[in-house]
Amino acid sequence: MKGKKVLKKLSQLKIGESGVIDSFTDEVMSLKLLEMGCTPGEMVTLDKIAPMGDPIAIKVSGYLLSLRKEEASTVLVAVMSEN
Amino acid sequence: MEANQSFVNFSEKSSIKVALVGNPNSGKSTLFNALTGLHQKTGNFPGVTVDKKTGTAKLSATVTADFVDLPGTYSLYPKSLDERVTFEVLCNPVNADHPDITIVVADASNLKRNLFLVSQIIDLKIPVILALNMIDLVEKEGDTIDAVRLSEKLGVKVIAISARKKVGIEDIKQALLQPLPVPQYDFIDVKNFAGDLIDKIKAVVKVNSDFAAFQLINNFPVISYFDKKPEQKQKIEAIINASAIDHNKLQSNESVERYRVINRIASDCITEKSAIKTETFTHKLDAILTHKIYGYAIFLVILFFIFQTIFFLARFPMDWIQGLFVIISQWATHTLPAGELTNLFVNGILAGLSGVVVFVPQIALLFAFIAILEDTGYMARVSFIMDKMMRRFGLNGRSVIPLVSGVACAVPAIMSTRTISSWKERIITIMVTPLMSCSARLPVYTLLISLVVPQDKTISFFNYQGVILMCLYLIGFIAAMVSAYIFKIILKAKEKSYFIMELPVYRTPQWKTVGITIVDKVKLFLFEAGKIIVAISVILWFLSSHAPGDRYQMIDKKYASTEMIGKYNEKERDAKISSEKLEASYAGILGKAIEPAIKPLGFDWKIGIALVTSFAAREVFVGTMATLYSAGNKDNSQTIREKMRNERNPETGLPVFTLAVSFSLLIFYAFAMQCMSTLAVVYRETKSWKWPAFQFLFMGVLAYISSFIVYHIFK
Repeated sequence: MKGKKVLKKLSQLKIGESGVIDSFTDEVMSLKLLEMGCTPGEMVTLDKIAPMGDPIAIKVSGYLLSLRKEEASTVLVAVMSEN
Repeated sequence: MEANQSFVNFSEKSSIKVALVGNPNSGKSTLFNALTGLHQKTGNFPGVTVDKKTGTAKLSATVTADFVDLPGTYSLYPKSLDERVTFEVLCNPVNADHPDITIVVADASNLKRNLFLVSQIIDLKIPVILALNMIDLVEKEGDTIDAVRLSEKLGVKVIAISARKKVGIEDIKQALLQPLPVPQYDFIDVKNFAGDLIDKIKAVVKVNSDFAAFQLINNFPVISYFDKKPEQKQKIEAIINASAIDHNKLQSNESVERYRVINRIASDCITEKSAIKTETFTHKLDAILTHKIYGYAIFLVILFFIFQTIFFLARFPMDWIQGLFVIISQWATHTLPAGELTNLFVNGILAGLSGVVVFVPQIALLFAFIAILEDTGYMARVSFIMDKMMRRFGLNGRSVIPLVSGVACAVPAIMSTRTISSWKERIITIMVTPLMSCSARLPVYTLLISLVVPQDKTISFFNYQGVILMCLYLIGFIAAMVSAYIFKIILKAKEKSYFIMELPVYRTPQWKTVGITIVDKVKLFLFEAGKIIVAISVILWFLSSHAPGDRYQMIDKKYASTEMIGKYNEKERDAKISSEKLEASYAGILGKAIEPAIKPLGFDWKIGIALVTSFAAREVFVGTMATLYSAGNKDNSQTIREKMRNERNPETGLPVFTLAVSFSLLIFYAFAMQCMSTLAVVYRETKSWKWPAFQFLFMGVLAYISSFIVYHIFK
């Protein structure tokens, strides 16, 4: 499937959707995410969303990482748009 | 390997200091248990509330190793208290716990993220062994890790192990005796980010490596090891302040660079069978356990099961313990010479000890469950599904277990808040858990409810007494949540709270870990909270069995007169004597002294005495009432109830225990902090008298105001 890359917030991914980490909008939050392996260029996949809609769990560098939506919204990921 | 590689060898020493570090869930504690067996103990790192687990193992006939299990951390950045301990021990060469050798435990099935911490420790240039744990899981997936190549790339000794299956444990012990390479080359060159500054720092302080200097620059405000060297501290401070460095930028550059190198090494050393991981088991189980209906249903069932166990199952061993102490007391009373000392031993010390040991079954059972939930990986899912709901009240997903356990007993519940990593959320949980109606309140509730509510009265199908009892539990819960919400607003957080955490793969629990956790927690409670409980128990015994002047002799004399002997039989006289003696005692004086303060709540001085003695444990209320009303046998609730019901106010001639007074007293017992054991445990868990004192006050004020309102509504 061909498409062009668009940036969206990690918190906006759908379950099963993947993206490549592009940048962070909150510097302090980014430090914690970086040490957990969420570095720019790393591929992440949204694995599940908690029943009440928050937090979420992502697959990154081979493991499951859970984080709140508020925290995920500071991560910009590049995804292939479908159209 | 380079020719000029330097080695260290500690095999000449009689004991080698070894530290274990690693990411949470890396199996660090499992390895610690496997290395030390039962030769371990839990203490505290000086000055902080972080548990310090130490243990020993014999490496050879002449050499032993002293292990210290450092708190799990993802990096050497000291953000939380736990991480600060690890940071200080490893980065400060003069720290009392600074190791000769550091074993870094890494989860091989999650190697890249684990190598982050490994690489930071390598850059400190301290002797390191990398324990590549869970190698069996990697092999099961069909993947391979080239440990030899990894060792070459990292410049440290690498040993593949499986701590759970006890594979490679001996290899680690042997490696500690062999010459170890000291890491020589930097994993990354931090001079690229702050070269001048590192040189300037190194001119002032002697450090092992560039990275150690870099860490100094980046974490200076939280480093305590220059507190004793103010001169050096000032110099460093001046250097850092003079430079216009951006700490966040430095740290972020470092992290990105580390992962760049890690990715290169990982692709060199790891061969994956296929890019698509199966991981079906964890994924399938998560689909159920974090499901919007089944997830909560299963959690509810687990909570119900835990609650039933600590509420009902624990009763049997608790009764045995109490029975045993009764036998010992009786034996002591009969065997030891009668007198003050025996009295102190039986009614002060033995009673206090019994009050301590009686908690052991509940603590052991609750921690068995918690260890299993943690060890299987389920606890992280509890956080995941409960976080949103609990966050609104300033609590954590993990607060649910302490809160529910609090319905049985606040003592083990508060001890279980250790699993909450955020300081603020943990303190709030500790503060509000005692508001949940515990099992010690039940005898008080039953007695008071039966006093004013007829047994046969029903609301449609429901027994009226039962409905009131349920309301009391509900009120306790609501008060806990509302208080939590208020604390959330007023408490200032010491550190930023993240929810960023790993959801580990599901594993079967290890019974050894469960056993060690139970023994640990029971010991901590017995020896740390136990001391305080016994001390308070002795004070309470003194207050309720001693009176100023010759008051007791007067009472004895009064009842020894022929008139009194003719009036009452011996049993009646004994009951009258104990009742009058309690009234005359210091506790009685205290009860009378607080009467003006508790009168607005509808309480008289007799209730005042019961409030004082209840501090030993809430259910003491019933016993005190029995003594005060000379009911004789305190187990005969029928008699106490009758006596209390017939009690009249000497001024008005009206019954004392009206609906208003009973409800007011019920609310008072629901809210007030009348439990020395809980206060002792709060002290133990927060390492400060500030929190138990605050808790005592806030719950007291809440109880007073609520009782006042209730009394005036029903009056």
